[in-house]
Amino acid sequence: MQPFTRLEARACPLGLANVDTDQLIPARFMSRPRTAGYGTFLLHDLRFGPDGAPVPGFVLDDPRRAGARILVARRNFGTGSSREAAVYALVDYGIACVIAPSFGDIFASNAVKNGLLPATVTEDDAESLLAAIEAEPETPVCVDLTAQTIAAGDRAIAFAIDPVRRLQLLNGWDDIDLTLRHAAEIAAFARTRRTEAPWIVPGHGG
Amino acid sequence: MAPRTLYDKIWDDHVVDTQPDGTCLLYIDRHLVHEVTSPQAFEGLRVAHRKVHAPQKTLAVVDHNVPTTDRSHGIDDPESALQVATLARNAEEFGVEYYNELDSRQGIVHVVGPEQGFTLPGMTIVCGDSHTSTHGAFGALAHGIGTSEVEHVLATQTLVQNKAKNMRVIVDGQLPEGVGAKDIILAIIGEIGTAGGTGHVIEYAGEAIRSLSMEGRMTVCNMSIEGGARAGLIAPDEKTFAYILGKPKAPTGEQLEQALAYWKTLFSDEGAHFDKEIRLDAANLPPIVSWGTSPEDVVAVTGTVPDPEAIADENKRSSKRRALDYMGLKPGTPITDIPLDKIFIGSCTNGRIEDLRTVATMVAGKTVAPSIKLAMIVPGSGLVKAQAEAEGLDAIFKAAGFEWREPGCSMCLAMNADRLDPGERCASTSNRNFEGRQGFKGRTHLVSPAMAAAAAIAGRFVDIRTLG
Repeated sequence: MQPFTRLEARACPLGLANVDTDQLIPARFMSRPRTAGYGTFLLHDLRFGPDGAPVPGFVLDDPRRAGARILVARRNFGTGSSREAAVYALVDYGIACVIAPSFGDIFASNAVKNGLLPATVTEDDAESLLAAIEAEPETPVCVDLTAQTIAAGDRAIAFAIDPVRRLQLLNGWDDIDLTLRHAAEIAAFARTRRTEAPWIVPGHGG
Repeated sequence: MAPRTLYDKIWDDHVVDTQPDGTCLLYIDRHLVHEVTSPQAFEGLRVAHRKVHAPQKTLAVVDHNVPTTDRSHGIDDPESALQVATLARNAEEFGVEYYNELDSRQGIVHVVGPEQGFTLPGMTIVCGDSHTSTHGAFGALAHGIGTSEVEHVLATQTLVQNKAKNMRVIVDGQLPEGVGAKDIILAIIGEIGTAGGTGHVIEYAGEAIRSLSMEGRMTVCNMSIEGGARAGLIAPDEKTFAYILGKPKAPTGEQLEQALAYWKTLFSDEGAHFDKEIRLDAANLPPIVSWGTSPEDVVAVTGTVPDPEAIADENKRSSKRRALDYMGLKPGTPITDIPLDKIFIGSCTNGRIEDLRTVATMVAGKTVAPSIKLAMIVPGSGLVKAQAEAEGLDAIFKAAGFEWREPGCSMCLAMNADRLDPGERCASTSNRNFEGRQGFKGRTHLVSPAMAAAAAIAGRFVDIRTLG
């Protein structure tokens, strides 16, 4: 995974609260292999009408937002289903950072594992950031993970992120490699558990 | 030792390693796998030349995208067929037990786990599905994970985790007639909101919870995630033990005795600390119907569609306005005046035998209203289906005009052909009323199985407490 340190890009204001992962990617697209990319499925049913034509004026398709890599939304972003496909859709579209006052737990965890930064800001800061990027769509926003700051124009705000997730993003760490350093402890734990609680091993019936 | 919560106890018993920053490596006892969130995880293992660490602790089953019509001649949809074939191939290659779409044990992963005795108290259980919280009904620490974590668990049988906070929801008293587990959990979510449990594990306690059957407890724990909590828990008791006894993968003999001795220690100690606690009185609960596009948008069946203009917070007001617009509803409309197009009974929330028995009681000798375009009942598993048929429930459903389908997730998330058309309105026993959840521009009202059954007969919502 690529390390995430600093990002300077245009930002998209998505002024909605509770953007659930079903909206980020409707379930019907999840049978598709990812090889062709999930970017076109991002927020699909908000972006496209029943006939497949783009909904006029939808923010992602605003030419002034072309190349946007940051999404700013309201509270409880990524609530609902655990589908990592929601993160794939964002990442494949080009989004590398979502800024919101709060996130669904599973979404935030999935995001970090794909190098996507979930940056938590206060409700007030989210509102002021939304207003700023609405007013100046082409002004880049700068997200600095080392300093945990977001700069938009002359505005500078702090954001929060779990320290462990921050380190993972900064280093681009692969979780499995890290965990396998504990392989001996995992094996010892499983052995002890099997001895102390033999019922824990599944039966062979059925 | 200081008093501990049930969550503390299970957590403590599974910590393999603790880092100085508090991050833990947690051992996972059981891993359930389905076709939609696992392909990339298996592919990751293959690319890295890794094996499944503990295949015997892993169980795979297809549920999300399988058709619920006859599938003995294969699956027509090429994308679904490929995803199902991929799971079959991965299970074979990595040595994981697998129930395919024709296996009598196949069904929704959260119905199958308990049914097979794969789910047991005191365990850590994960699955790439947010409704894994269902298994918490057995006093197991169970939660949904993403595909990267699925790969991590397959490769290491552990998860890197930070401990969540403790929250307790106490439901006192006895439920009135016509009010059930689904109404309890919808009322809780209405109370705490969809982010109310974020960062917490919820333990459900109190007389009304204890009085629930295992099926009812699963319904409650299932929707913990709709309240923002990754996991929900209920302390195991005699009902739990009775349910487990004789299940195919459950312990027997001496091992069962050992297990029971341990399971009986699984409760929150007197004086254990909860970071958050709320109380509800079951006696005051009505049958509940959701009106909006979030599971927190709930109202009593006797109520009316709320008026967003009465909300002080501007953002909240505009989001509820948007929800009403999507749902095609006007403020002040009585809930019982809302006409319906389709009825969906099933899902990991309400697709178990007890749910189907309730529905059968409501619809026996009656007929689905002519205005209903489709009323479908999708059993949660092949075993639920067989049990229902042995009891003659399928005959009651068919005589009333319901379609009786093959097991799967079906119209809960509309990955297969079972979905709403734009603008259609559905009374659904599932768990999410998000925009588009049951089909593009479809409109979902979450209700209990009894309420959905009554709505099918009446063609609109009815207060089932008034039915003779």
